[in-house]
Amino acid sequence: MAAIPSTTLGAKLPPIGQLGPFIALLIACVAFGFTTDQFFSGENFSLILQQVTVVGVIAIGQTLIILTAGIDLSCGMIMALGSIVMTKLAADMGLPAPLAILAGIAVTAGFGLINGLLVTRIKLPPFIVTLGTFNIAFAITQLYSGAQTVTEVPPMMTWFGSTFALGGTNIAYGTILMILLYLGVWFWLRETGAGRHVYAVGNNPEATRLVGIPPERVLLGVYVLAGVFYGIASLMSVARTGVGDPNAGQTENLDAITAVVLGGTSLFGGRGMILGSLVGAIVVGVLRNGLTLMGVSSVYQVLITGILVIVAVTVDQLSRKGGR
Amino acid sequence: MTATTAPLVMQAKGLIKRYGQVTALDGADFELRAGEILAVIGDNGAGKSSLIKCLSGATVPDEGQILLDGKPIHFKAPIDARREGIETVYQDLAVAPAMTIAENLFLGREIRRQGFLGNVLRMLDKTKMLELSIARMNDLKVGIRSMTQAVETLSGGQRQCVAVARAAAFASHVVILDEPTAALGVKEGNMVLELIRRVRDKGLPVVLISHNMPHVFEIADRIHVARLGKRGAVLNPKKISMSDTVAVMTGALPPEQLPAECLA
Amino acid sequence: MLKLTLAAALTSAALAAQFPAHAAEPVIGLITKTETNPFFVKMKEGASAEAKAKGAKLLSGAGKADGDNAGQVAAMENMIAAGAKTILITPSDAKAIIPAIKKAQEKGVMVIALDSPTDPQSATDALFATDNYQAGVLIGQYAKAAMAGKPVKIATLDLFPGHPVGAQRHNGFLQGFGLKSNDAKNNELARPAEVVCMADSFGDRAKGQTAMENCLQKNPDINLVYTINEPAAAGAFNALQKSGKDKNVMIVSVDGGCDGIKDVAGGKIAATSQQYPLKMAAMGVAAGVDYATTGKKVSGYTDTGVTLIAAKPVDGVESKDTKVGTELCWGKK
Repeated sequence: MAAIPSTTLGAKLPPIGQLGPFIALLIACVAFGFTTDQFFSGENFSLILQQVTVVGVIAIGQTLIILTAGIDLSCGMIMALGSIVMTKLAADMGLPAPLAILAGIAVTAGFGLINGLLVTRIKLPPFIVTLGTFNIAFAITQLYSGAQTVTEVPPMMTWFGSTFALGGTNIAYGTILMILLYLGVWFWLRETGAGRHVYAVGNNPEATRLVGIPPERVLLGVYVLAGVFYGIASLMSVARTGVGDPNAGQTENLDAITAVVLGGTSLFGGRGMILGSLVGAIVVGVLRNGLTLMGVSSVYQVLITGILVIVAVTVDQLSRKGGR
Repeated sequence: MTATTAPLVMQAKGLIKRYGQVTALDGADFELRAGEILAVIGDNGAGKSSLIKCLSGATVPDEGQILLDGKPIHFKAPIDARREGIETVYQDLAVAPAMTIAENLFLGREIRRQGFLGNVLRMLDKTKMLELSIARMNDLKVGIRSMTQAVETLSGGQRQCVAVARAAAFASHVVILDEPTAALGVKEGNMVLELIRRVRDKGLPVVLISHNMPHVFEIADRIHVARLGKRGAVLNPKKISMSDTVAVMTGALPPEQLPAECLA
Repeated sequence: MLKLTLAAALTSAALAAQFPAHAAEPVIGLITKTETNPFFVKMKEGASAEAKAKGAKLLSGAGKADGDNAGQVAAMENMIAAGAKTILITPSDAKAIIPAIKKAQEKGVMVIALDSPTDPQSATDALFATDNYQAGVLIGQYAKAAMAGKPVKIATLDLFPGHPVGAQRHNGFLQGFGLKSNDAKNNELARPAEVVCMADSFGDRAKGQTAMENCLQKNPDINLVYTINEPAAAGAFNALQKSGKDKNVMIVSVDGGCDGIKDVAGGKIAATSQQYPLKMAAMGVAAGVDYATTGKKVSGYTDTGVTLIAAKPVDGVESKDTKVGTELCWGKK
């Protein structure tokens, strides 16, 4: 009685589509391992992980939003604002570091709330909304900081940038936090009702409404949660550079989206793996690191990243068509 | 035993619904008896969708009364109707295509694990939901091999079966189906009709809205004709011809002119 | 901000038209790449001060971000409509701005490029800018003397491929150090054997840090780092400090912003070439006033000067100390 699913190439793709980012990472690592001496070392890998931590954490929030068929162009700017708020409150107003950090995260979550309200209440497309908040967040960051870098940063804020020894290499605490956050969100998306509802809303929001889950509630939650992750990324940024930099985050907006797309999450919503975004972020970092070690111009990094993005989106399209 | 002797499960009296200048329901009545498949037919604008929306809780009527098992009820939202055990399958099926059959079955009604894992970590009991999905589908003899395949891999008819089975699984009073065989081919349409029969045989009365006369005549026990915002007539498909039914629906044939046995 | 300024400008231009006696005030427009970069803030300061001193009216505007050509074109058109006879501009896009400049020149407006040239340079009436090649040469000479003949392994943290300023500073540095390099007109980055790593920093602190980390992985023996600007240098210092190498590696840079001079004083940057945005803007305003009163246009390239600032002077290379650097720096002191 049941029909047999079509055996076109597309229907065969889903498993490959899921593994794609890992395969790309593997190929890149093997290639650089052969062409350079310095790539394959614990220290180098630890370094790459530290270099992708800020984008990696931002990408967690971005993944959630893209899973709901939305997009957030303001993520990097919100992150920069958070880092300025945290550092200026500590440096100028003498707020104790933990409070300043929480205040920074509250501000980024607040921006997430604004994005979410504009999307759910005023029903504006996320692209437009976040294009607007991108500019607003940037302007506020520049005005509040006076376009000055904040250099008097309390040691607690840079703690996540410090490292501990593990099996002969140094791992940063920030790296561990990033991995823990990814695992936590992975669990939440896979194993809890709220997490599954995120997928459902991205896949068919009307269906969720008809079964009694208001999609607006899920969306609002997702945008606010993303804002929290942007705030954590702010802290990671301060921890890495040791300062509050008002010019940070300008390329992170697209970098985070790139990581999510490379990781196999569909821009159409409802499909994707959170861990893929981590792999996507690492792939970009590996490319940059490996090409520098090879002495190749950074233009090639941009070129290869662009090609990988096209490949990732094509694989996504084909695997969707195959499943009808 | 004729259908008219079975108890009333659901009843509506004098429903009125206006949308601005348009009066969609103009004092409509409705009766659903236990153990029956009641088809609701009507021309466009006859008021059948508004009627169904009032019964499923999607719309609140301006005037009139709805009774469930003899008790008056007031639905403010679809969830109220679902709480009373009335499940509706809409034309767009309300499924998330990328998710599995089991997940879709329990969408919005997920079962959590026991103890710490369920209450604190809020983990879902996927094994239990899968077991129950398989059991339900077997119960209704829906022949889909795996509950863990994505709904989008199913054919149109199979998806419809999943939606109907979901409604049947959770309904305790009434199952409402809106155009379940529209856009399906002959074989798939029959598959869905078979399933609808099994739902009725399990003891759930079914309200079926359809434009497909052959299908209506194949499974309906009674036919409710909506006309001009009211109940035009209730017909007995075993006694009346399809062409006469269409004539009643369009108003070409006034129901008063029908012999008594054609009415139900 | 731009809208407010232009609204005021248009209103005053309209008013000025009603009172011919006051129309003699020269109107000069200043268009920077962005509003907020402290470099351009300083430029605006210099321009305003000079305009006030000479009795000229200054209109100011900017693009939204580096690379926003359309914003600069719009600003130019609005300023000309408001009566500006001289436009001072730091072009975001060296080629794309040229049609708008030509249109302005056809209307008799004098256009002067500040800080970076258009491509070709002759498209503007004049260019007041830092000699970025010379800026590189100075820090190259300093590094050579400071290294005192030790074998050198150099990392260059550049801007990004294709940018003329990035190429000039990079090639100038190598030339000043005495290595095989390209001349000032060449946009390609020279790569003698002593340069063991070249990476792009995009002039950004975090990316500079990443670039330095990757270079150190490639060659842990790097002992001299050229950086395109001071934020990149700060990032490089961070990376060196994390690897414990900050004491043995020398960093040189270009810019002379107040944050950067602080880093020189603090021992993070050994030497930096300081440039003078204020001077560029002031000279531009003066030229604009000249044109309005005498009708004489200024032309050609005028070097607005570069000073080497170093905490520790070295033999044979002239430099000024950080006190001077702080007095002359741009940004918030």
